Amino acid sequence: MLEQIEGSVAVAKGIALCRPEVICAYPISPQTHIVEGCGKLVKSGKLKNCEFINVESEFAALSVAIGSSATGARTYTATASQGLLFMAEAVYNASGLGLPIVMTIGNRAIGAPINIWNDHTDSMSMRDSGWLQLFAETNQEAVDLHIQAFKLAELLSMPIMVCMDGFILTHAYERVDMPSQEQVDAYLPPFEPRQVLDPADPYSIGAMVGPEAYTEVRYLAHEKQQQALKIIPEIGKEFADVFGRSSGGLIHNYNLDDADTIVVTLGSVAGTIKDVVDKMREDGKKIGVLSICSFRPFPKEAIRKALENCKRVIVLEKSLAVGFGGVVANNVMMSMQGTGVHVYTVVAGLGGRPITQPSLINMLLKAEKDDLEDLTFFDLQHEVVERELERVRDSQKSGPAAENILRDLYVGKDKT
Amino acid sequence: MFQTRIHGRGGQGVVTAAELLSVAAFIEGRNAQAFPSFGSERTGAPVVSYCRIDDKEIRLREPILEPDAIIIQDPTLFGSLDVFQGLKSDGYVLLNSNKSFEELGVGDAVKKLPANHTYNVPATEIAIKHMGRPMPNAVLLGGFAAMSNQLAIKSVEKAILSKFSGKIGEGNISAANAAFDIIKKNGVDNKKEKK
Repeated sequence: MLEQIEGSVAVAKGIALCRPEVICAYPISPQTHIVEGCGKLVKSGKLKNCEFINVESEFAALSVAIGSSATGARTYTATASQGLLFMAEAVYNASGLGLPIVMTIGNRAIGAPINIWNDHTDSMSMRDSGWLQLFAETNQEAVDLHIQAFKLAELLSMPIMVCMDGFILTHAYERVDMPSQEQVDAYLPPFEPRQVLDPADPYSIGAMVGPEAYTEVRYLAHEKQQQALKIIPEIGKEFADVFGRSSGGLIHNYNLDDADTIVVTLGSVAGTIKDVVDKMREDGKKIGVLSICSFRPFPKEAIRKALENCKRVIVLEKSLAVGFGGVVANNVMMSMQGTGVHVYTVVAGLGGRPITQPSLINMLLKAEKDDLEDLTFFDLQHEVVERELERVRDSQKSGPAAENILRDLYVGKDKT
Repeated sequence: MFQTRIHGRGGQGVVTAAELLSVAAFIEGRNAQAFPSFGSERTGAPVVSYCRIDDKEIRLREPILEPDAIIIQDPTLFGSLDVFQGLKSDGYVLLNSNKSFEELGVGDAVKKLPANHTYNVPATEIAIKHMGRPMPNAVLLGGFAAMSNQLAIKSVEKAILSKFSGKIGEGNISAANAAFDIIKKNGVDNKKEKK
């Protein structure tokens, strides 16, 4: 049924439809409304047979999730930003133990400097943890991906992060076609765990593995992700059969067939770029968009096939590998080896800076002429950076950069 | 696409106003997207929210840079920020005040806008009268319906009821209608086409 609903609330309702048995989470912006929503559904009795466990930290949240999942309960949690960093050790344990936990990431920047706004630094910090990572483009897709995630996680016995842009999606009110309980029940069978901790039939999990077998265990983790590359499109197709709309899959292609220039991106900014592409195509500019839904596993072959016939690729990503450049771009470049197609990196939207149509058009016009730097910081205020570099050159005791820049930006302006 | 930007201060229901606007449009079968300015919201601090309404799917995720309409919930914002920034030359402005734009010293900002596109209504006073609370947000949506012709007042009423029940819901509805009537009496041309 169509509803005009906040993204977070839609996700909470979608989670409830998946009949989780344990939800444990610690609140952090911009994820808070999701767990509040889940909590309300448990307390009101609308979500039955589910225990909502309050914990004192993110580390505890995921540790409880590991415990409950290991006893065979369908388990959900959610976090963002520093919260994900605080659970980092448990993140690797959950995947290492092969526990099918589903976790929402309300994507947010990481401090210092503290910043509550959206970018993808948090998810990217855990890209090699062994979890699958699916990125939602809209709130509809966020809801749909969570339903698919439980199915996929339990098929593979692997944990999954469903990543949605903090604030931009979590706090947006928009139209979502909420699935019915009957549809979700038809799609998602009850959880049949591969391993169950049971006092009546005791065994241990989490063995110590030495050099004689560790490589093999890690290889199998990689192999599982390769299997996921085949299964993700299949469960996406099954989803379309039951729900009557397509959501998820490995990648989304938009106007790629005749495109000279293709923008590769992740998450909600794909929508803005599609609008820009429509406008620029009216002027005869052959531009397309490829948005990556499955970042882990990384669909190398699908991406290479979609991009190999264009003239240039621009990876526009909300993450920065400090000291190198793009995180996503690095993965795309690896996929494009030997094709000769040039891959540009555009780091955009860090810490919530809006990615606007006028700036996108400017960037794309430059790219069309191959007049773009290999690594571009989108809408960077060069003069602000220059002034701070000058302060550093002038004085050994130039002080903290973030505070210097804020003072520089606001001096002489009215504070509100 | 019709894009509205709402300015106010933390505690005045700025974010809720945009949500209600989107719900009213949804009730009319249209696509709508409402979102806040994502600041660290504190009581009294300037807050901005946005609402896009369209007949097709809304994919755009940037803040609203060139609004078709601006709703100003608090005239004390004029001294500290340019609330009119990017307003289209045929745009609308609705202001919560019993003083005119000229009296508040911002007459120049709106003088080039078309006739019947700028209104001030004392929404806070109306809210206090109808529900005993100084919440101007839903009241101004009644005024917005009258001014912009984007929405029927019935849809605004339904949207209010989806968020507020009982006395607060009823009070907001009668207050929204009061603002609607004030603007109608001031002679809005109702026959203009929808954007």
